Amino acid sequence: MAIKIGQHSYKLTLVIFLLLFLVTLCAAPLIGSTKIKLMNAFSGGIHAQNNLDADILFQVRLPRVLLGAVAGAALSVAGAVFQALLRNDLAAPFTLGVSSGAALGAVVAIVFSFNISILGFPIVSLFSFLGGLGAILFVYSLVRNQHGELPTGTLLLAGVTANFFFASIVMFLHYISDLGQSFRIIRWLMGGLDITDYQIVLSITPIILMGIGLLIYIGRDLNLISTGEHPAISRGVDVSLIQKTGFITASLITGTVVSITGPIGFVGLIVPHISRLFVGSDLRILIPVSMLFGASFLIICDTIARTIIAPTEIPVGIITAMLGGPFFVWLLKRK
Amino acid sequence: MTPQLEVKNLVFAYDSKPVLKDISLSVEKEDFIGLIGPNGSGKSTLLKLIGGVMKLSDDSVSVNGHLISAINKKELARQITWISQEHPMVFPFTIQEIVLMGRHPYLPPLSLEGKEDYRIARNAMETTQTLQFSSRYFNEISGGEKQRVMLASAIAQEPEIMLLDEPTSALDLKYQIQILNILKGLNKEKNTTLILAMHDLNLAARYCKRLILLNDGTIVSDGTPEEVLKREVIEEVYGVGVKLHTMDGEVLVHPITRDF
Repeated sequence: MAIKIGQHSYKLTLVIFLLLFLVTLCAAPLIGSTKIKLMNAFSGGIHAQNNLDADILFQVRLPRVLLGAVAGAALSVAGAVFQALLRNDLAAPFTLGVSSGAALGAVVAIVFSFNISILGFPIVSLFSFLGGLGAILFVYSLVRNQHGELPTGTLLLAGVTANFFFASIVMFLHYISDLGQSFRIIRWLMGGLDITDYQIVLSITPIILMGIGLLIYIGRDLNLISTGEHPAISRGVDVSLIQKTGFITASLITGTVVSITGPIGFVGLIVPHISRLFVGSDLRILIPVSMLFGASFLIICDTIARTIIAPTEIPVGIITAMLGGPFFVWLLKRK
Repeated sequence: MTPQLEVKNLVFAYDSKPVLKDISLSVEKEDFIGLIGPNGSGKSTLLKLIGGVMKLSDDSVSVNGHLISAINKKELARQITWISQEHPMVFPFTIQEIVLMGRHPYLPPLSLEGKEDYRIARNAMETTQTLQFSSRYFNEISGGEKQRVMLASAIAQEPEIMLLDEPTSALDLKYQIQILNILKGLNKEKNTTLILAMHDLNLAARYCKRLILLNDGTIVSDGTPEEVLKREVIEEVYGVGVKLHTMDGEVLVHPITRDF
């Protein structure tokens, strides 16, 4: 099923996934627990303050859909890159401790009741971003050897250990927190896309796009590393530089997303797998396809999360795993 | 004239355990060298160090008169390549994708392989008789086929020097001969310099123009197969009694096995 790079089908595949993304992006805001009239929403005749349809569409649903697109794209691309760099198809964006570090940051902000916002970002987001960043630096500095290299096996082990370590502190803080804080902690840990603000989406989108662009730029080097470090070196890849660039970029886009949405699991694991079934393992096409498919996938999951037991909205993380798990098993069986 | 590849007083240790002690050798264009010696003698490490796959702890290796530490990584890959003995592969790449990866040192970032790259990859697959399964996945083919595919990828890389770590050790007789014949053809037609780590002394003697015998991190002898394969030397290095025969003008090493 692999699409050969440089041939016609490569473009066709991209176009198909781009169409899927655009259709999802346009359709999702129209679906929801409240029926809206599209005519009204776009009508200039109705006074803006009375236009409930426009309010729901543009203030409630659209920011959320856009955040879903950005988060889904970032997590999926990061997953594909982590899998390639670690040469392990069970790796995910959260494998190296980014999400548990981010969780620790968020929980600290919640438990110690910091309640301000800086530059439009809520303090919980800022703390969780710093927590994720701290976790990456902690893990990498732990693993880095005297040659400045990052041995992959040790990195995986250190990441998993860091995950447990941070999780234990999160549990401790959770245990000593009061009921209100406890609810906020649980809610954050479930992950969700419920924002009502364009500012946040607009701020993180350039970071995510630049990160993905850089990862595509080193795509062929990543391909070679995914076949082995030594073969990559003998094909002229600066393995040490590419590993650092790849790990740091993928971790940063993950950390950026997680600081806003909390840890939305499973997307970063299965989207690269599903994309690989369609386009093969070449990261030069796998990254763009994972980006488009990941964005569509998370928007679809969130639309279900918003509507399945409407008017109650459930956290999207529940849906990604509930829907993604069986779907993935079905795909693998079918193959 | 500067030799194509020169190793001067190379010393290397894993942690503090010395693996290679004062290795010096000089390789001319079109050499076909068999690197022989017991397990743990340092063959694989020497190949990895020469190929730049493992970091040297000193500046002891130069290619075409330049220290390899001073050569740009892609530029080095156009001059020398290294092929491992085993090829573990996690992700499903097709044979064609693997072979095209050999073109990496010639392509700038973001650019896709062009017609010329496809032509070179195709030729490499023809040379190694892998073209007929070019669209299959690497993990689905046999060990002998994998070795040929990796060889095709290295051929597509068009290096002047190829280093191969035990290219035939895991293969049956037919595939061993097939791989060695392909290498012999490369050496003859493309003037590729070859250095092979090998265990089979008889195959090494038959195919290689020159043998280098390593033991315990030092070069014991270096010369034509007839010069290197001496009974006393082999018995000393391998710790096994051997008889030497000459058949059709070629040396044959025959281990003496005693009844238990």
